[in-house]
Amino acid sequence: MDNKFFVSSSPHIAKKEDVSIVMWTVNLALAPAGIIGIYIFGLHSLLLVAASTIAAVLTEAFMQNARRQKVTVSDGSAFMTGLLLAYNLPPNCPLWIGVIGSFFAIAIAKQAFGGLGRNIFNPALASRAFLLAAWPKHMTVFAKPFAYGVDAVTQATPLSLLKEGKASGLVDMGLSYWDLFIGNRGGSLGEVCILALLLGGLYLLYKRIITWHTPLSFILTVGIFTWAFGSKQGFFQGDFLFHILSGGLMLGAIFMATDYVTSPITKNGQVIFGVCCGLLTGIIRIWGGYPEGVCYSILIMNSVVPLIDRFVKPRRYGIVKVREEGKS
Amino acid sequence: MVKLEEHKHLTENKPIEKAELPSKVFIPLLQHLGKPLDLIKVKAGDDVKRGTLLATSDKGLFAPVHASISGKVTTIADYPHPVSGFARAIAIEGDGKDEACPDMAPRSEEEAAALTADALKKIIFEAGIVGLGGATFPTHIKLSPSKPIEDFILNGAECEPYLTCDYRLMVERADEIIKGMKLVTNILKPRSCYIAIEDNKPEAIKLMQERARMFNWEVVVLATAYPQGGEKQVIKSCIGTEVPSGKLPFDIGVVVHNVATVYAIYEAVYLKKPLYERAVTVSGSCLANPKNLLARIGTPVKDLIGQCGPLVKEPKKIIMGGPMMGIAQYTMDGPVIKGTSGIILLDEIQEREQEETFCVRCGECVQNCPMGLNPGLIALAISKDKLELAEEYGIMDCIECGLCAYLCPSRRNIVQAIKAAKLRIRDAKK
Repeated sequence: MDNKFFVSSSPHIAKKEDVSIVMWTVNLALAPAGIIGIYIFGLHSLLLVAASTIAAVLTEAFMQNARRQKVTVSDGSAFMTGLLLAYNLPPNCPLWIGVIGSFFAIAIAKQAFGGLGRNIFNPALASRAFLLAAWPKHMTVFAKPFAYGVDAVTQATPLSLLKEGKASGLVDMGLSYWDLFIGNRGGSLGEVCILALLLGGLYLLYKRIITWHTPLSFILTVGIFTWAFGSKQGFFQGDFLFHILSGGLMLGAIFMATDYVTSPITKNGQVIFGVCCGLLTGIIRIWGGYPEGVCYSILIMNSVVPLIDRFVKPRRYGIVKVREEGKS
Repeated sequence: MVKLEEHKHLTENKPIEKAELPSKVFIPLLQHLGKPLDLIKVKAGDDVKRGTLLATSDKGLFAPVHASISGKVTTIADYPHPVSGFARAIAIEGDGKDEACPDMAPRSEEEAAALTADALKKIIFEAGIVGLGGATFPTHIKLSPSKPIEDFILNGAECEPYLTCDYRLMVERADEIIKGMKLVTNILKPRSCYIAIEDNKPEAIKLMQERARMFNWEVVVLATAYPQGGEKQVIKSCIGTEVPSGKLPFDIGVVVHNVATVYAIYEAVYLKKPLYERAVTVSGSCLANPKNLLARIGTPVKDLIGQCGPLVKEPKKIIMGGPMMGIAQYTMDGPVIKGTSGIILLDEIQEREQEETFCVRCGECVQNCPMGLNPGLIALAISKDKLELAEEYGIMDCIECGLCAYLCPSRRNIVQAIKAAKLRIRDAKK
């Protein structure tokens, strides 16, 4: 036996899960929502998912090459950004929207800030905000569920019907809670099926990749806020279940507000983050100019994360409690 | 704190076995926390017996060292050292007779019970006992607190993966450990005593509970998690009090000793036996027969590995101590020293050695740091060369357990950076 051994400072063992295992697990957890989305909205949405993810991966490779860095597209983070962006797009929007969106997400929102771990804003959401400002027409026309192949058949989302005053509740829309739960409504590609999103969320909880702190505090706050202020008839008469099940709340709370890079590092910080996201979402939905506020509330809170991390810290051992002299 | 993969099943049911008598031993002059011993009592050519005093000192922190076999001193020269890489050691060529020093005669119960605290401390000092958990702090100093002691804690947590030598000691030498603990309480006279054991050692818990009852000592069962056995963590688990930042357990009237140390105290007092051998776990997936060996101090590591072979896989890394805090060895020639609790052979170079990537802020290191620090942030401050900022973030409180680097999905060398920076900060303050 040769007498050559590897020498390094301890620890000498490491947990198996590295960044790429974490990222691909999240991608897997996202799969059910996408598959159901494609089933509901048809072939075009499959092409949109493919275009967005391919564009995201290619942009990441190109940018890392240009920045003379190691190309790390196999870690699954660029794929995830492309996937999340596609899930946030209307299923019938042109493919080039997905391609440009992914380019913006990776090149501007992620790599321009220094790449994975350095970005301030969730890349997919930053890109969605950009697309909404740049091509509002393409971003606000939603396909009708199960109207395969017919480009012209569109349907407003439940939240925009509510915002525009065209309906005051589920009954006016001809929908039930069950329709909202399984995804039988107009909306973004990956946000409609709450059941699939919850399955993915439970899987991530089981895998300990996310904890309940952010999603639960976010969703609960939206529920309480819309219950309190969501009705014109008076306080605490709002249809909170409708608000929880519609829009991008589930997708945002489970998969985007929990993004490691752009959320607080401590559990207490994550609860504050979730509650504030929920408040902002409720305010935008009820009093704001847009029908939906999940995207903007997460983006706004992303910018507050350094502040939260500065003030919400873990309790240090040996700093607070001191045994007094002479205590028996 | 985190539950790690334990790998203790490899050796936990293997009774402590006497290692073969080494033909040659190398006794380093530095086996304690402090400076190397400077008063060498032997010279090349001298005959020594097992237990003969080899070297001591007269100033500072130190513990004397003794011959672990009988034979002839061949050289006093630099030799591979498991901690410092290379250091002065006394080499003894064995004569195969293993003759004991004549003054090693057992004491009776009555004699032992009649010893005063000062006499006991002198015996412990002369036996060269240091903290055998790995810190190697001279034990007689730890038994001479400047303030009255309220709590004494026997630490049998043994939270490092692979290591089982403390567990075997508790199972096989329970009575001796209890006697040793009684001696410690005779010195410290604490108000309460605790025995802390992780719940993955039910056998040891049962044996200790049976024996601790008559003294009214409390066996505290800790949840198995790393680093539950860290001194500060054990104190918090047992008495619910934290050691204030920058202070020592002494300062809050607490003393903690490892079970192997207390067993060595028993041997020194009852058997008049200096610390020349200790239980060592030799383990890892490379070995066909991992074992708990009672090894003489100074035995080359390769001798012990040879007794646990044959090698079924090529070892890539040899660690003295546990895999979380132990020291990687560059050679198999280094000797067993007083602080050697284990020799672990790892067959795959862990992914740890892969390239670091950016922190993705997953928060694992923050949520699991046993000291409540933000290790990632401290490492970031170090990488920007802002040591004052690192100090503000509490770098000096770090107990170097290594959990942050173990958990990091970006494979960042967090604790490694912290350890290096702590040395720089200490040097700057000198």
